[in-house]
Amino acid sequence: MAGSTVAHDDHDHKPQGFVRRWMYSTNHKDIGTLYLIFAIIAGIIGGLMSIAMRMELQEPGIQIFHGLASMVYGFDGDAAIDGGKHLYNVFTTAHGLIMIFFMVMPALIGGFANWMVPIMIGAPDMAFPRMNNISFWLLPPALLLLLVSMFVEGPAGGYGSGGGWTLYPPLSTSGQPGPAMDFVILSVHIAGASSILGAINFITTIFNMRAPGMTLHKMPLFAWSVLVTAFLLLLSLPVLAGGITMLLTDRNFGTAFFAPEGGGDPILYQHLFWFFGHPEVYILILPAFGIVSHIISTFSRKPIFGYLGMAYAMVAIGAVGFIVWAHHMYTVGLSLNTQRYFVFATMVIAVPTGIKIFSWIATMWGGSITFRTPMLWAIGFIFLFTLGGMTGVQLANAGLDRAMHDTYYVVAHFHYVLSLGAVFAIFAGWYYWFPKMTGFMYNPMVARIHFWATFIGVNLVFFPQHFLGLAGMPRRYIDYPDAFTGWNAVSSYGSYLSGIGVLIFLYGVWEAFAKKRIAGDNPWGEGATTLEWQLSSPPPYHQWTKLPRIK
Amino acid sequence: MADAHQNHHDYHIIDPSPWPLVGSIGALVMAFGAIGWMQGLRGADSLLGLPVTNPVTFLVGVAIVLYTMFGWWSATVKEAHEGHHTRVVGLHLRYGMIMFITSEVMFFVAWFWAFFDASLFADEAHQVARVAFTGGQWPPAGIEVLDPMHLPLYNTLILLLSGTTITWAHHALLNNNRKGLINGLALTVALGILFSFVQVYEYGHAPFAFKDSIYGATFFMATGFHGFHVLVGTIFLIVCLIRAMKGHFTPQQHFGFEAAAWYWHFVDVVWLFLFFSIYVWASWGAPLYQG
Repeated sequence: MAGSTVAHDDHDHKPQGFVRRWMYSTNHKDIGTLYLIFAIIAGIIGGLMSIAMRMELQEPGIQIFHGLASMVYGFDGDAAIDGGKHLYNVFTTAHGLIMIFFMVMPALIGGFANWMVPIMIGAPDMAFPRMNNISFWLLPPALLLLLVSMFVEGPAGGYGSGGGWTLYPPLSTSGQPGPAMDFVILSVHIAGASSILGAINFITTIFNMRAPGMTLHKMPLFAWSVLVTAFLLLLSLPVLAGGITMLLTDRNFGTAFFAPEGGGDPILYQHLFWFFGHPEVYILILPAFGIVSHIISTFSRKPIFGYLGMAYAMVAIGAVGFIVWAHHMYTVGLSLNTQRYFVFATMVIAVPTGIKIFSWIATMWGGSITFRTPMLWAIGFIFLFTLGGMTGVQLANAGLDRAMHDTYYVVAHFHYVLSLGAVFAIFAGWYYWFPKMTGFMYNPMVARIHFWATFIGVNLVFFPQHFLGLAGMPRRYIDYPDAFTGWNAVSSYGSYLSGIGVLIFLYGVWEAFAKKRIAGDNPWGEGATTLEWQLSSPPPYHQWTKLPRIK
Repeated sequence: MADAHQNHHDYHIIDPSPWPLVGSIGALVMAFGAIGWMQGLRGADSLLGLPVTNPVTFLVGVAIVLYTMFGWWSATVKEAHEGHHTRVVGLHLRYGMIMFITSEVMFFVAWFWAFFDASLFADEAHQVARVAFTGGQWPPAGIEVLDPMHLPLYNTLILLLSGTTITWAHHALLNNNRKGLINGLALTVALGILFSFVQVYEYGHAPFAFKDSIYGATFFMATGFHGFHVLVGTIFLIVCLIRAMKGHFTPQQHFGFEAAAWYWHFVDVVWLFLFFSIYVWASWGAPLYQG
């Protein structure tokens, strides 16, 4: 290639030098690795925030946040108490945004999909390798803007944006006039641009670069899941971009989109937000479905049950996911007919989701199951996601939601499907593909301890929150009545155990790189049938220079 | 061909490139500068202790982003001339452009959503404050609207005409008629610029304000973002005009031109929706501004 500085003694044709290899990268595997490292860093930041919140909520009263506020912002006395209360809200806001935009999405889509989709479909790289890199490099600036927002003025006399990750007006317009909210809005803009470019890249890659003979109906389910996810991103994120641009102009240029006194409508923002926000939750979970399908099949030594049904269930979830958004808004004063429609449409999603759950179980049925670490996480995923799905069916009822809305029941629900569902799939994928990506085998004992610490920990965190929510404890408050003390304490202890789980995970990663146990090309045996297992571990810098042919 | 001695496929394995990183830095500077500037508009004199409340930082960010676009797409053009754009790579570019336009369409959905939320539900009884403002009607009571059959219709015809001139250019290109290509493109660019001028003139004479009214907000932001896209499309066409003069396009390979034409048609269609909904339908029966 013209201008290439590829050294010919390097068999792999890796670019020479750190900057060219990692910062100017056009290689899907290197960019995928960058995404994974970024997701781990963001996950640690977001995780520390959640532990701080649980420390605060361990007992009634204000425990630590007034101290944090006086430490970080220099508040004293009553100002520290008020600052602490706001800082708690800043933490819930940042925790949500970081975990969604900077941990789960970069890990599942940027990390695993970047690494594995081209390999699985028999392609040498992504369709737009250079654009792939800007998708990654837009994320550090976006995260930086979000983190900086915590140190500039939000509400009058306070720091940071504490309006929740949904950024509802008027709290995000007249309620917090300081620049902190502008930082958050532009952070989301940039992260959104990154995802839209990534979505275009994945759709083009999957449609155009499948190896000869690999029809869509022979394509691995993970590639299917990423294809559907990419369409959701492409169609939903621009609407969010429009909505938060309206926030920006309402805040800074005097428009009246969300100001009733100018004829505007704050509920309009909620519609625009959730038209994005609901597909977004499927964006977070669909790639997880794909990963889990592969792992269940591999460790049951059976092809996935009902392959086509599994693929089209994801398509159905993606399509129906666009027409259920207002179930997040039952309490805002929607007409009864509107609520009836959204109840019905939301419940319809249980059908394709049920197809997936039952097909995973049917795959295991009669299979020769081995409980290696990825399988533990995958089965954990099915259990926890199903539990979160059940509470979801309840929350889908507008009538029931009158009582549940904005309580810890909702917090428990979405953490069961996302923090437990999506995150368990991330760890499942991590242990499944770690040997492939690095060439080294993790320590199975450390990995199992990581699994059990996390499994017990997160269930301790979130299961009691169902009780708290049913008892009426509202979310997004720093304090609560004494009656809620018991289960809050249990929930907090669980978060410490989950935090220890993260430390075990990091130790396991270090240990695997230190011990350098060679994993081999296919450590999982004959159950692992997708194309990545035909390559060396780690795969060559450019794989499939001769395209594989599918039977 | 890329590493022809090694690769047995037609895909384009691209060399490492600085542009993504540089562009991301540009985006960060632009965002930070925009926040500082907006703070300045609201009377602040510093952000994080930095004197960035003037437009300078923002414009530096814009310059870095524009520089990135120039460098990146120059590299793309260079690669095309080196023969890297095989059939399948050309297909990638087509898919990419179609999906980029799709995402742009969804961006406009947000602005149309805001417009229809306001215009269809201007009299929703439980929105007390809104009804007090609008008087339960659209356009809100007291608003004089622009006569749709005046400059807006004129601009509609300009854009429709530009849609035909770009098609003229395309046919000339397919027939290897470079003079026709250049003439058609130049005329399209001229019509695009004319449209923008008319729009600026109309903004300058609009009888309603941008601030503090949902009418002004939906009108100016929807048509304003359309206007911005016209500007981008015009620049895209100017780049194609320059490339046409340099002889970059052949009847067989001219995707840069096609992408610009697609984008131009997208801008055209968005305008038709704006024209028929915001200008014509929503001002039906409203008092016309006689300025």
